Amino acid sequence: MIQSAETVTPSRRRSARRSRIIEWLIEKTILATATVAIISILLIFVFIGRQALPVLSSESVRQTANLREFFTPNGTTPQGEPGYIWQPVSEKPKYSFIPLMIGTLKATIVAMLVAVPLALLAALYTTEYAPRRLREYIKPLIELLAATPSVVLGFFALVVMASWMQQAFGFEMRLNAIVAGCALGLAIIPVIYTVAEDTLTSVPRTLREASLALGATRAQTLLRVILPAALPGVFAGIVLGFGRAIGETMIVLMAAGNAAIVSWSLSDSIRTMSATIAAELAEVVYGSPHYHTLFAIGALLFIITFVINSIGAWIIGRLNARMRGTVQ
Amino acid sequence: MTRITQTILLLAIVLMIVLKGCAQRAPQSSSGPSGQAGNTITIKGSDTMVQLGQRWAEEYKKVAPNIVLQVTGGGSGTGIAALLNGTTDIAQSSRPMKEQEQAEFKAKTGREVVEIKVALDGLGVYVNQANPLKEISIPQLREIFTGKITDWREVGATPGKIILYSRENNSGTYEYFKEHVLEKGDFAPNAQTLQGTSAVINAVSKDERGIGYGGIAYAKNVKVLAIKKDAASPAISPDLTHVEDGTYPLSRFLYWYLPQEPTGELKKLVDWVTSQAGQAVVKDVGYFPISKNAVAAHR
Repeated sequence: MIQSAETVTPSRRRSARRSRIIEWLIEKTILATATVAIISILLIFVFIGRQALPVLSSESVRQTANLREFFTPNGTTPQGEPGYIWQPVSEKPKYSFIPLMIGTLKATIVAMLVAVPLALLAALYTTEYAPRRLREYIKPLIELLAATPSVVLGFFALVVMASWMQQAFGFEMRLNAIVAGCALGLAIIPVIYTVAEDTLTSVPRTLREASLALGATRAQTLLRVILPAALPGVFAGIVLGFGRAIGETMIVLMAAGNAAIVSWSLSDSIRTMSATIAAELAEVVYGSPHYHTLFAIGALLFIITFVINSIGAWIIGRLNARMRGTVQ
Repeated sequence: MTRITQTILLLAIVLMIVLKGCAQRAPQSSSGPSGQAGNTITIKGSDTMVQLGQRWAEEYKKVAPNIVLQVTGGGSGTGIAALLNGTTDIAQSSRPMKEQEQAEFKAKTGREVVEIKVALDGLGVYVNQANPLKEISIPQLREIFTGKITDWREVGATPGKIILYSRENNSGTYEYFKEHVLEKGDFAPNAQTLQGTSAVINAVSKDERGIGYGGIAYAKNVKVLAIKKDAASPAISPDLTHVEDGTYPLSRFLYWYLPQEPTGELKKLVDWVTSQAGQAVVKDVGYFPISKNAVAAHR
């Protein structure tokens, strides 16, 4: 914008002013849009928090739904032992979070066990071994999996996968943590794959060439040089996939059997936190202890993902720092 | 590349917001209060009755072509909640409205809710076709579904673990079963809860050790057990005579709830549903028509 006053004609000056105004307008519009997004997310947090708060603050709600009810044994099992029970519609409602948390954990663990190795190996293959032509087919195809609606995956798991698996492994319950976890794994493979593939490709070419020039084999280069260099990104993909798995609702609602059982057996049916909210919130009486309890589950789910994401971000920061050599 | 993706993403988000706005506005304008202004009548509630409602909608189109019946499920509780919130014209329910709900309705609108019995249903108890069991008593059912009996051997069938299939707790069928069979006890924690009677039927038809319950009209590819009121009484199967005269222990009415005495198009619909033509549909779907005998027997 360095021009001497003599050379600038009035019309050019006008057009410069106009473009400055347009620039200003665009800038402010983008700012407003971004602010709307952030504010709406904040409002969601506030709303969930406010609806969940009565389990801590309201006397009448706390009589049936309180932290002690949520996390300590609150009823008796059919065998007559004290146990953790989720039975919200009952003479004496029982709201234990424990079976739901166990259900969510089981589904997520199975999903991660399925998705992480598959997604990582697929990413390694496409970046390092696959011929260029093939790679251009594989990547969009895997990403197409991300575009599959979760209700379709859930339906597939419910109707097809559950029967296969029962025949193959002889599960007592047709719908169980393994079936739901595998379907969930399918949903998060593209999440992990995409991020991992992107970071693996962006590892500088010079690193690879240096390693090969020093006489390392392809596999050595991959495992000792490229993978460590891409580790922060790969890890970020895993954290992202974990967050998706823990909050995913439709697949587990359809394929997990939704029985709130306290057991560590993966062949038992599970009821996850997210599926419980989805199944029960529609009919619950507004303002009842059950209603606030469901929001408390939502808040807990949010806290869990927030903590895990924060830990993930911290680890990624450490990995990045180590890559740059600032931390030993 | 990334900028293009971002632009597309941004456009998609804007489009979603706009479309969502349109979608939300649409039903509000078409279903005015009580649906009398428009010609769409919304019917919402019991999953057990969705099939029935949709058949009524098809048949009613032949009688009154300009009226559109919008039938959706969600569970009896959902339907009644919608009636309380004024978002449906008619609530379908497979259980009578609770006193608490009626009181809430009165407090909100100052009127009494209008109850219409539209069909009679026998609640069936299903097992897999490979199961040799033919009959079961209510006390046995209670022990099975509360988790006290866990093996088929204990009720005289092929030994094996019993797999329980139940419904979500917003279901009228769930509440009916809980009240009349479990005597308000809790379902066993390992009872799987499925979305809708057809899901239960589908599961039981594939599971040799499964047992489930639901409206009689859905029974396909499963075995319907005859029910004994207690160990000593005769086993009765859910057929027309036994459901109608009330000797089948798990028979119940299916209801429509309206926010006020129906007028205009709504009244025509209600009259048609309770008429012979409407009740023929009931029979067709697999439930039992309302008759004077039935109403008297269930008093």
